[in-house]
Amino acid sequence: MITLAIDFDFGVVREYMFNDVILEGVWITLQVAVIAQIIGVILGVLFALMRVSGSRVLGLFAGIYVWLFRGTPALLQLLILYFGIPQLFDNQTITTELTAFRAAIIAFGINEGAYMTEIMRAGILSVESGQMDAAKSVGMTQMQAMRRIVLPQAMRVVVPPTGNEFIALLKNSSVAFTIGLVELTGAANLIYSVNFKIMELLVVAGIWYLVIVTVFSLVQVEIERALSIGDRDRQQSLFSRMSDMMAGRRIP
Amino acid sequence: MTANGETLLRCEGVHKRFGKLEVLRGIDLDVARGEVVVVLGPSGSGKSTLLRCINHLEKLDSGRIYVGGELVGYVERDGKLREDSEREVARKRSGIGIVFQRFNLFPHLTALGNVIEAPVHVKKLPRKQAEEAGRALLKQVGMADKVDEYPNRLSGGQQQRVAIARALAMQPRLMLFDEPTSALDPELVGEVLDVMKSLARETQMTMVVVTHEIGFAREVADRAVFMDGGVIVEEGVPADMFNAPKEPRTQLFLSRIL
Repeated sequence: MITLAIDFDFGVVREYMFNDVILEGVWITLQVAVIAQIIGVILGVLFALMRVSGSRVLGLFAGIYVWLFRGTPALLQLLILYFGIPQLFDNQTITTELTAFRAAIIAFGINEGAYMTEIMRAGILSVESGQMDAAKSVGMTQMQAMRRIVLPQAMRVVVPPTGNEFIALLKNSSVAFTIGLVELTGAANLIYSVNFKIMELLVVAGIWYLVIVTVFSLVQVEIERALSIGDRDRQQSLFSRMSDMMAGRRIP
Repeated sequence: MTANGETLLRCEGVHKRFGKLEVLRGIDLDVARGEVVVVLGPSGSGKSTLLRCINHLEKLDSGRIYVGGELVGYVERDGKLREDSEREVARKRSGIGIVFQRFNLFPHLTALGNVIEAPVHVKKLPRKQAEEAGRALLKQVGMADKVDEYPNRLSGGQQQRVAIARALAMQPRLMLFDEPTSALDPELVGEVLDVMKSLARETQMTMVVVTHEIGFAREVADRAVFMDGGVIVEEGVPADMFNAPKEPRTQLFLSRIL
């Protein structure tokens, strides 16, 4: 007789859900993703402005940046930064200062900047040219008009894809595991390589990713609603916002 | 005529081309301080481009435009024109108000926010003072009760009146109107024209108005200019030109719109 026994212990999942190593991993994952995303947004705004500036030199520079960092895998960029660069310079300071944590933030931030450049550029181009005309006609310079009139309007278009980028970054930060960073996936790996409760720990990591992503999705819905000022002043309950989110509807 | 003879706007031999298309082919136009000039012409005749050139939203290919004796958009040295610095262009533009066909209000700002944006951030007026002046301007255009509304909650006519207040907030000496009522439902045209009329009569604002509103032109304008194919074909006192146009092209155009 064949018995089909499933070897899975929910008790282990419960036990490790709030394990110190796992919680430390969650914290590292959050820090890497948030800081890298902030770097990405700043780089994205700067390079997008170069792309729409009309200057050939700046446009080309920004174009090469996007081409280079979008055209190669983030993992490769991470390996180059963490292992490649120290080899080139053979400098003690670089080796000690460039921790896995810092390398992950820098590499993911620069990589994210390339994607954010394209998102920001699309956002800027989505604003009617009449807005720039009107801003200039009341005496604003190009930069003032960008900052005060065009960018705030571009944000509405930019937030949804930026949310996607951030969620992707949260999950893809797990590749930093390969340079020895103990983020969430790395923490699970560290534990199951000792106790061999592989599936249980992977489920623990999965649940944590879902929790984090859900919380940030709600934050995103909130930001989109705040930016929709002037579109419609509609207040919504948390429940209808969540159901909107689950249904993939966007708050206008 | 209300004009007292002092020239506020002078266009000399203005040429403008977009690629192969020559949109303006030598425009000479003088407008005196306090004068209201209406520009008419078929679509594609270069009317809007002329207005956009006057406040340097478009660069010129040749010719010169002066407002209040100052060259707009360029500096002249030894008879040669050089593009002016961005800051100077912005400063000169702020003295020239323009009202667009499609309003172009800033949708993320309230009516008052639209009006005080430039006074606060360009002229650096204290916010309180700018708000006070802004409210007075919105009252002047009959929008006192919509101060805190966002543009998408306003009708086209209301939006255009806010746009006029926004242009006036920088205390321009010249106002340009680019078909200000063309995008409006017919029943909303009157309220915008009324604001423009009182602007002309009560504040003696110098105005260049591109429009097809013949009634407005007859009633308010000191002079009508007819453009076709990038040149000024005919100009004169509105009533004379509408009653007895001299040029065949003017006759043809008027016969179609009257």
